[in-house]
Amino acid sequence: MSSLTAPAAAPPPALEAVHLSKHYGSGANRFDALSDVSLSIAAGECVAIVGKSGSGKSTLMHVLAVLDAPSEGEVRIHGTNARSLSARALNRLRNREFGFVFQQFFLNAQQSVIDNVTLPLTIAGQRRGARRERARDVLASLDLLEKAAAKAITLSGGQKQRTVIARALAGSPSVIFADEPTGNLDSATGALVEDLLFSLNREQGITLVIVTHDDELAARCDRQVVLRDGRIVSDSAAPVLEEASR
Amino acid sequence: MRTIDLARTAIANTFRSKLRTTLTVLALFVGAFTLTITTALGAGVSSYIETQVNAFAADNVLLVQAQTDATLAAESDGPAEWDPESSTSSNAQAGGTPLAGAQAEPLTDDDLDAIAAIDGISGLDPVRTVSTDWVSHDESGQFEFAVNPQSAVTVADLEAGAQLDQGSSSFQVVLPNDYLEALDFDSADDAVGAEITIGMTDITGETHELTAEVVGVSRSSLFASGAGANNALVTELSSLRTAGIEGADENSVIAIAYLDDGLSTTEIDDVTAALDDAGFSAQTIEDQLGIVTTIIAGITGVLNAFAIVALIAAAFGIVNTLLMSVQERTREIGLMKAMGMSSGRIFTLFSLEAITIGVIGSLLGVGAAMLVGSGIGAALAAGPLAELEGLSLFAFEPLSLLGVVLLISAIAFVSGALPASRAARQRPIESLRYE
Repeated sequence: MSSLTAPAAAPPPALEAVHLSKHYGSGANRFDALSDVSLSIAAGECVAIVGKSGSGKSTLMHVLAVLDAPSEGEVRIHGTNARSLSARALNRLRNREFGFVFQQFFLNAQQSVIDNVTLPLTIAGQRRGARRERARDVLASLDLLEKAAAKAITLSGGQKQRTVIARALAGSPSVIFADEPTGNLDSATGALVEDLLFSLNREQGITLVIVTHDDELAARCDRQVVLRDGRIVSDSAAPVLEEASR
Repeated sequence: MRTIDLARTAIANTFRSKLRTTLTVLALFVGAFTLTITTALGAGVSSYIETQVNAFAADNVLLVQAQTDATLAAESDGPAEWDPESSTSSNAQAGGTPLAGAQAEPLTDDDLDAIAAIDGISGLDPVRTVSTDWVSHDESGQFEFAVNPQSAVTVADLEAGAQLDQGSSSFQVVLPNDYLEALDFDSADDAVGAEITIGMTDITGETHELTAEVVGVSRSSLFASGAGANNALVTELSSLRTAGIEGADENSVIAIAYLDDGLSTTEIDDVTAALDDAGFSAQTIEDQLGIVTTIIAGITGVLNAFAIVALIAAAFGIVNTLLMSVQERTREIGLMKAMGMSSGRIFTLFSLEAITIGVIGSLLGVGAAMLVGSGIGAALAAGPLAELEGLSLFAFEPLSLLGVVLLISAIAFVSGALPASRAARQRPIESLRYE
């Protein structure tokens, strides 16, 4: 898609990390979660961030999603430095531009499916009528409309994750961050959820950032970024960069 | 997040953990109940006392007496030494006043002149000593009877009829309503206008009978004792008592000073100060009754203190409930923050939950207090307290009820502030970690 635009007016990348570092503690207790990570994700890309537990992949996602501030370096979202934004603007950004899918769903068990799905719209301050209408559209597109009034606790695992995706989609985000989206699902259901995420990327052009340690899932993405001990050890889209970092 | 959505979410969240919310609400309920009951009790009793005082005290009247040694003692070290030259033994006046506290020296004629000369005093009436033996009406028997010598300054709390006409030359009586049955009257209205006979004995032992008209019937009152009599009757009773013997009239201990019309409070204070300088102590009737009001206020205050203690305990309950709630909902809070909810809104959400608990607890407590209070009040008024007419033990004033609800909601809000700010400070990534 980006190839259609004139090179001079190329849109800035959806997400860009420039020499990111993140460390916790200090002195002997200092722990470097990320060291000098640079990464550029274009709009509409599907990127897997891969690595073992403790490799810093979740931290990278948090920093990219401006849930956490880096110790050094900067994050640019559509070309805007996140540091230059106020807390209010960051909240707006996460609310309008980002959708989140987590391994453990984080659904409100006692609330209905539709109330869970409308949460980002409620936070955005939309009126009840408008947000329910939008939620119904999204639920319909995910084949969940008949479950709209059901309590979240009554759903199966696959239905729960589809509800989570509906919630992530409700605010019409440009980027969806998925942290181990299939980690809690059996392989058949997991495959369905994967198909759903990739179709969103293909059909709606939503940028997909998937954090996973599942190689099969990673292999389905356009690009794989491998992290080890807080450093990028390989990036399938930038073999040159990979050489440089070694 | 829109405010209405915040409120809706807060209320829904409050009921998510029903048992915990119920227990916290119960704690607040106890506080609200106690506070409402004691406030209403204080208000009820005070308003009763106030009615009594207002009914009792005519405006612009000072009760003047010589400064007692006890009064003076307050300014020196201990009681004054007995001096046969200057001190006389003081005795309580017959038909004594319920208002006179310490016993004072009788007022001499010079004293009376001195008091009358003070600016702002337009008239002076020494309280005369009257003594009556019995009262009867038609064929009824004779019943013990006492006249309140201070009728001139009192305004009776009337059940029927009219107040005494102090200017009239005919003899008038305001009859306490507990005499009605004894004197064969069917009702208070029946007694008004009737003639009653009063019997008395003078100091020589001779008996006299007087006829007086009943102009009004008074309710029993905390302060006014005995029947009211107008000036003409009091003067007559007093002169009959001395049987024309020179010097047999004891000097009055108390004189009633009438103030000029329209004096302001500060001007009245000036008069009191002038009297004080001249060696007299002067008090308005409200002053003398002030102690009663103070005691009532003290009792109410102690009861309210208990209520506040209950509320403080309840406040810790709220803190605990909400802290647990914040703990339990760590991930939910993290998720909402990740989705762009501001810390301020998170704080508001938890504060609203605290206030919801406060409002529910206080409304239930106030409601229950009103039901129980009205029930107990009605039962007591019909039973043990039937003699205190016009007393409604619990006065539920809308403003103070609102005050209780607001106070408890405020306490709930303050208690919720700590957990709410803890929730607001939570960092989304900490909350969303699950490894």
